[in-house]
Amino acid sequence: MAWFRKEKKPKEAVEKQTAIPEGLWIKCDECKEVIYRKEVEANLNVCPKCGYHFRLTARERFEILFDDNKYKEFAGDVRSGDPLEFRDTKRYRDRLKVYQQRVGTGDAVLCAEGKLDGMNVVICAMEYAFMGGSMGSVVGEKITQAIERAIDRKEPVIIVSCSGGARMQEGILSLMQMAKISAALARLSDAGLPFISILTDPTTGGVTASYAMLGDLNIAEPKALIGFAGPRVIEQTIRQTLPEGFQRAEFLVEHGMVDLITPRVEMKPALSRFLRFFLQKA
Amino acid sequence: MSADPSQFEEPILRIRKQIEELSAQEPEPARLAEIAELQSKLTKVSSEIYSKLTPWQKTLVARHPQRPYTLDFVSLLFEDFLEVHGDRKFGDDAAVVAGLASFRGQACAVVGHQKGRNTKEKVIRNFGQPRPEGFRKALRVMKMAAKFKLPVFSFIDTQGAYPGVGAEERGQAEAIAVNLREMAALPVPIVVTVLGEGGSGGALALGVGDRVNMLEYSVYSVISPEGCAAILWKSAASAPEAAAAMKITAQDLKRLGVIDEIVPEPVGGAHADPAKAGELLSPYLEKAMKELMKLKPALLLEERYKKFRKMGFYEKG
Repeated sequence: MAWFRKEKKPKEAVEKQTAIPEGLWIKCDECKEVIYRKEVEANLNVCPKCGYHFRLTARERFEILFDDNKYKEFAGDVRSGDPLEFRDTKRYRDRLKVYQQRVGTGDAVLCAEGKLDGMNVVICAMEYAFMGGSMGSVVGEKITQAIERAIDRKEPVIIVSCSGGARMQEGILSLMQMAKISAALARLSDAGLPFISILTDPTTGGVTASYAMLGDLNIAEPKALIGFAGPRVIEQTIRQTLPEGFQRAEFLVEHGMVDLITPRVEMKPALSRFLRFFLQKA
Repeated sequence: MSADPSQFEEPILRIRKQIEELSAQEPEPARLAEIAELQSKLTKVSSEIYSKLTPWQKTLVARHPQRPYTLDFVSLLFEDFLEVHGDRKFGDDAAVVAGLASFRGQACAVVGHQKGRNTKEKVIRNFGQPRPEGFRKALRVMKMAAKFKLPVFSFIDTQGAYPGVGAEERGQAEAIAVNLREMAALPVPIVVTVLGEGGSGGALALGVGDRVNMLEYSVYSVISPEGCAAILWKSAASAPEAAAAMKITAQDLKRLGVIDEIVPEPVGGAHADPAKAGELLSPYLEKAMKELMKLKPALLLEERYKKFRKMGFYEKG
């Protein structure tokens, strides 16, 4: 028997499933304080010490926004194919299987309908743990179906973005989802129905450059990274280090791209108030 | 990985040089015969090489420094082009050109990305990479076209939207997003042609239309092959593999149902004979315009919606 055994690496680099690791105590990414896990969870996964917003899963998002955590998911049967038979160091098909098993959301977005403070709404929440929340044909199709359903039922749409952008493994088809969703949003707007875009950390690339920026209201969570090009790409282009706070939610408000920043605990009440105005229920 | 098209074009360039040298001499009958022979050899060698281009080589042809750009096609195909400037909000972006013109006797609007030919021009044109002002200028002119019921011709040729600090501050993402939404609902015909590089969101921001055609050796992709390779292969040197894997050629996009027609290029690519490239493109623009101008706005928009609505590939269950 060998004295030293080569340590086995996990087969797939493990993406952060949720920013909250298992265990009773967790360390805040921002202030580095060690906090009691239950305390963070009770605070909607916001650090009670510094207000850092941990990343949420799509279902945790629903739990916060829908009344009594009651909602009905739809379009769950839309699944990724592999239109390009894409393969880099690994086959896309195999990657998909790994994520589908591990994350349990089918793809990078969940769509559901239910009530928000008594009002019927359609909510789409992106799942960052699924390939960085990347948008391919499935994300495009599900969100488009969600918007069309809202038009049929005359309901408002809320999309919670959390994504690195378009999914490379579906090539040009991913890019075209930007056009498809934006076209559906044009129809929603023509129908006089509200669309509220919630931008969470991170929202970049093709997601920002389509639906995430097209809300009647664009509402960001504090300190969320929001931009078109990623900070590394920009740094390589301009060959300079970017200033502190660049592309953070506060920076976007300052530059007029986001209506307001709303901490997670105040998100639902804020949405409720805006929707009441839009639907003339105030 | 070679990023220089002269590598696979070497046999073509050699023959061309021979022809040039002979043409510079006295036009004796024997010499003229030799030139004619070389000409036919040039055609044969060119079509042979160009019939076997890999996706990466097509990318290099699409980026060829001598490839005709938007304004070259505009002067070849349109009359009375009157360029307008500025987005009426912040500034004028020379990476996008926009204006009014006449095509086959029909008044129309033209928008397109514009690259520069020499170093100075490249800097002015920002290498064809628009900032938000460019997209907003294009949209302003498209809305003008809608007001006066003019068809729009859009030409795509960009590496992508510019990734810079100012561009982010002024809403690069918002500018692209708004163009996508507004183009989807613009009540006049939009005929899109990808001339060279269709680079991601910066390309799509001028790319929502009723007809989307691509020149034979142009490419259109969600991210550059270098960018994709850097992320998925951890090395930009794998760009040729990424170019093949992402399916970015006109032929691929036609198969995927993303574009309508492939516009043939002259033997040896558009840069070998720009005037001929214009001649070959012209009937495609004319056909699209004539077909689309027959449609009432409501039907036009319905068809445009359906066109993009069905894009994508997924399974059920």
